[in-house]
Amino acid sequence: MPQVMNEPQKAFITGNETVAWAALAAGAEIMFGYPITPQNEVMHYWTRLAPKYKRGFLQTEDEISAGFTVCGAVQSGKKAFTATAGPGNVLMQEPFGMAEGMRLPLVAVIQQRGGPSSGTVVYSQQEVTLTTYGGNGEGHRIVYSTSNHQEIYDYVIKAFNIAWKYRFPTFVLGDGYQAKMREPLEMYNPEDRGIEMVQPYPLIGLPGNIGKDREPQHLCNIYSLEEELYDVVMKISKEYESISREIVEFEEKECDGADILVVSHGVVSRAADDAVKALRKQGIKAGYFRPITLRPFPAQQLREAIARSNARKILIAESAYGQLYRLVRQEIYGETVAMETLFMPGVGIIDYDIINKVKGIL
Amino acid sequence: MQTVAPAVPRSWYLPTKPHKFCPGCGHGIVLKALGETIDELGIQDQTIFGCDIGCSLLAWNFFACDSTQTHHGRTTPVMVGIKRARPELITIGYMGDGGGYSIGSQHLLNAAVRNEKVTLILVNNTNYGMTGGQMAPTTLPGQKTETTPYGRDVDLTGYPTKGPEFIAQVTPDSAYVARATVSKYKQLKRFLRNALRNQMEGNGFSFVEVLSTCPTNWRTNAQQTWHFLEDEMEHYFPVGELKNPLGKGDAANVAD
Repeated sequence: MPQVMNEPQKAFITGNETVAWAALAAGAEIMFGYPITPQNEVMHYWTRLAPKYKRGFLQTEDEISAGFTVCGAVQSGKKAFTATAGPGNVLMQEPFGMAEGMRLPLVAVIQQRGGPSSGTVVYSQQEVTLTTYGGNGEGHRIVYSTSNHQEIYDYVIKAFNIAWKYRFPTFVLGDGYQAKMREPLEMYNPEDRGIEMVQPYPLIGLPGNIGKDREPQHLCNIYSLEEELYDVVMKISKEYESISREIVEFEEKECDGADILVVSHGVVSRAADDAVKALRKQGIKAGYFRPITLRPFPAQQLREAIARSNARKILIAESAYGQLYRLVRQEIYGETVAMETLFMPGVGIIDYDIINKVKGIL
Repeated sequence: MQTVAPAVPRSWYLPTKPHKFCPGCGHGIVLKALGETIDELGIQDQTIFGCDIGCSLLAWNFFACDSTQTHHGRTTPVMVGIKRARPELITIGYMGDGGGYSIGSQHLLNAAVRNEKVTLILVNNTNYGMTGGQMAPTTLPGQKTETTPYGRDVDLTGYPTKGPEFIAQVTPDSAYVARATVSKYKQLKRFLRNALRNQMEGNGFSFVEVLSTCPTNWRTNAQQTWHFLEDEMEHYFPVGELKNPLGKGDAANVAD
């Protein structure tokens, strides 16, 4: 595959275009996709760039097919990905489940839109529950929630490496605002930054003569006995738990001694960051905590931040009606700090909303 | 006592034999014909066998070929994904009539329209075998199943899907489309061989429906089973090649 860029490039582009460039730089070999707003331009840019860099694309008949073609492509040993949103994310839960059950290094970019149902095509943070725990399984997924275009670029590249290193389906969770707005960022070849690129490998379609050089590879996905499935799920659970410490990421600012912590994720954390700075200027000791991985969740890190603060309250702010809140609640069960909420499902949150809320509850 | 092991295809995976299909089921015949065809074409090492959910799932480790087990109706896109990513591999999707014509029909139709270079084998036994004998898209008019206990009423549920006929309508001339039956073994093998050769030559979509038997859910004895297959099913679903871009040149392409 041709080199994507010789030296780092400054760009001022949309989040969707950023996804396409990052997937190229990560060495993704083929994308499967189906149109849905607000992720369409990921496909638009990918289809313009892919032939120049000898990459593949297929527009499938629906999102179910897009997810399953990705499953097939990664089984055969190629870095493959898809991107979707909203109702498409619902349909893709079926192939995402297959990727969980068979440990397939599937990569998907989710650009959240409003829900339920067709909702809006614009923006929300309402696909947190679906992306972290969707499907008929145990949520054995890795989910990065980005907040700006530089992170989209960085975490799309990271998603491929993490997926192929640990073989759990890996998601970059964006939203319609991040998808559509333009922002400055720096694009680069990951190898030039010393990032070790994890090489893909086939699970089926291996070299050699069957019976002479190797045994046939039979990939199983349905089990006859309860005990067989139990063993599989327990093994996956243990592996997931054992690698979680290596994977969790978070961002924390000014939590030590703070009187209140603002917890948010994704693009809302930018408003939270501004709000905390403004509150500090006004003499209110606010702190900022942001999970970057929603699965696995940085629970220990949030507990420690609470412990280092003087906060008797934390404020959970999100563009959804309690999806981050439920995640936080289950992850820090037993903490006695009170949980206040700012739920604005499907609409944006600005610093002013958070500042007012904090002043009202302190 | 059996003293001589039966001759089996080289591409069968012996640790999983005898297989787990019901006595009298047609899957064993289809898979034997497929195994012999894989042997004759010499493609065991580059074949990826993908099976659906339903009775076909029992074939997941049937062959000494690399294989993958998918979801109900989703074998087609998984095979398409593999073939798009690794065109040098020979991909065989194996499914039932419920998986192919009902829950996976959008995948089957669109893969056919796109002329995807995969081979799909769809076993038609006129019902959902694994789940206990419900009506399938292929259930014959008047046929009793668990969800049509008084017989399939075509005013309520429509007429049986004729898969090869609709696939022939939406594919270009480079596609291979046929309907075989487990009652005509040599013809079945010839059709499977043609369907695989069509993929190997890079022509396009290759599809074989195979009429098969399900005495367990039909509640039939051997004689009744064969009667239902040869007289009723083959009467409603005509057996033969609907599209064959390979021409007459193949030596195996002679009388059955």
